[in-house]
Amino acid sequence: MTEVHPAVKKIQGKFRSSAIETTTFRGEVSVAVPKKDIFEICRFLYADPDLQYHMLTDLCGVDHFPQSPRFEVVYLLYSFKTNDRLRLKAKVGEAESVASVESIWKSANWLEREVYDLFGIPFEKHPDLRRILLWDGYEGYPLRKDFPVEGPDFDKPFVPEV
Amino acid sequence: MAETRLMTINMGPQHPATHGVLRLVLELDGEIIVKATPHIGHLHRGVEKLAEARTYHQVIPLTDRLDYTNAMGNNLAYVLAVEKLLGIEVPKRAQYLRVMMAELQRIAAHLIWLGTHALDIGAMTLLFYNFREREDILRIFEEVSGGRLTPTYLRIGGVAKDLPEGIEGKIRAFVEAFPGHMKDYETLLTKNVIWLKRTKGVGIISKEDAINWGVTGPTLRGSGVKWDVRKAFPYSSYEDFEFDIPTGSVGDVYDRYYVRLREMEWANSIVKQTLDRLPKGPILADDPKVVLPEKEMVLTDIASLIRQFKIASEGFQAPKGEVYASVEAAKGELGFYVVSDGSNRPFRVRIRPPSFLNLSALPKMIEGSLIADVVATIGSIDIVLGEIDR
Repeated sequence: MTEVHPAVKKIQGKFRSSAIETTTFRGEVSVAVPKKDIFEICRFLYADPDLQYHMLTDLCGVDHFPQSPRFEVVYLLYSFKTNDRLRLKAKVGEAESVASVESIWKSANWLEREVYDLFGIPFEKHPDLRRILLWDGYEGYPLRKDFPVEGPDFDKPFVPEV
Repeated sequence: MAETRLMTINMGPQHPATHGVLRLVLELDGEIIVKATPHIGHLHRGVEKLAEARTYHQVIPLTDRLDYTNAMGNNLAYVLAVEKLLGIEVPKRAQYLRVMMAELQRIAAHLIWLGTHALDIGAMTLLFYNFREREDILRIFEEVSGGRLTPTYLRIGGVAKDLPEGIEGKIRAFVEAFPGHMKDYETLLTKNVIWLKRTKGVGIISKEDAINWGVTGPTLRGSGVKWDVRKAFPYSSYEDFEFDIPTGSVGDVYDRYYVRLREMEWANSIVKQTLDRLPKGPILADDPKVVLPEKEMVLTDIASLIRQFKIASEGFQAPKGEVYASVEAAKGELGFYVVSDGSNRPFRVRIRPPSFLNLSALPKMIEGSLIADVVATIGSIDIVLGEIDR
């Protein structure tokens, strides 16, 4: 691939000091960015008049256990202006947190809660970081690779305290 | 001095108008909603986790059970993602069959929505009409795939089997009768004063807010954004068909209602176009390492039997990489983000559910409005908890 994605070119120009890696697979561009810059890069991509990634289509986690850093938070952005999807990925270690992008896209509110719920990755400055699919007081994070598929307690019925 | 305070009431999870197991905690000032907090997860089955423990083919039945009113669309989104990962090309006939089924399913899904939404607001008649027509579609699905609600008709590389004999006439009969049924529905609602009073100016969300909240599908188009995955990123030969993207203007319950009705008409038109132009040819891609052989071959040919056994038990190795594929499902953009580590099971299957994000914007739509409008608004965003909770 010789042609560089215009958004990637812009990020590289703007964030010179950070290590940005681009991979292209089946015509989809993924940009690995350092965790510390994720909020600023997102805000830049949202606000830049040529790019205008106004929609956060998806935000999810991936667990690469036993690699270190273990997690990856994946952002899928969409721009109505250029009809383009861009995937950002930030590596996150265990017990580390990520800056919330809720102040840029409201859709991140529930999506980040879900990542927190199922992977246990906390988001800084999230206005309402609670479990979303599982109940309060649930122990463990089911989408982690070291969580058994059938659940740790499938043979021990558990009734949460009310 | 009389003391005034907010009243908190609980709505659901067992409530006929929340369309499943949605629980809402509403804080009320008199009849005005000050704050609404949705609680979800009652139907959480861990589909994304289960998918990691299965081979690629075995995930297809799980997708049926996400948005159970739109099973064909869910199948389609998943197989598109896997096909993209593998880089295989699906024959034209299979692509057309997929479009035909997906659009019939869209009509069926919108019919359920219309019937239940109208029932919530008090127009009961429509439900019976809608289920009558939906039944026709389910019978077609049953003949085509063997299943009604969960057909699991699509396969990686094509579809499970070709159309049975005589079904095309039945589909055509449905397609030709449907515009007449649409007229019935519209006579009952579109200019009905009670309907207008309950839906106009209710549950408004602006264009900018809808985009910012990640809202997609008819709910987004109701707010006036002319955007549809079928047009923005055409898949499965959608570029071959003529259709328009209906939009609303205000973004209220009525606009969303109106957009969905127009969508049904276009879906009906697309089904007709697929029938008229259905090409001849194979229904499965020619890739023996990945694609399950046709059932008839399995029963008559030993090599196909071995192949069936190998693929069904071991699956196939997918190349290392990650892909995202999405379709315009009945509720909005349904996407699958599949990460492969090169083994025979997906490393990660992330489902991007449209209803999840549409529902997250519900408080935005109803805060400040009357409690009676909550039900109308929930109905209008057309949620299915099966895909919200996964």
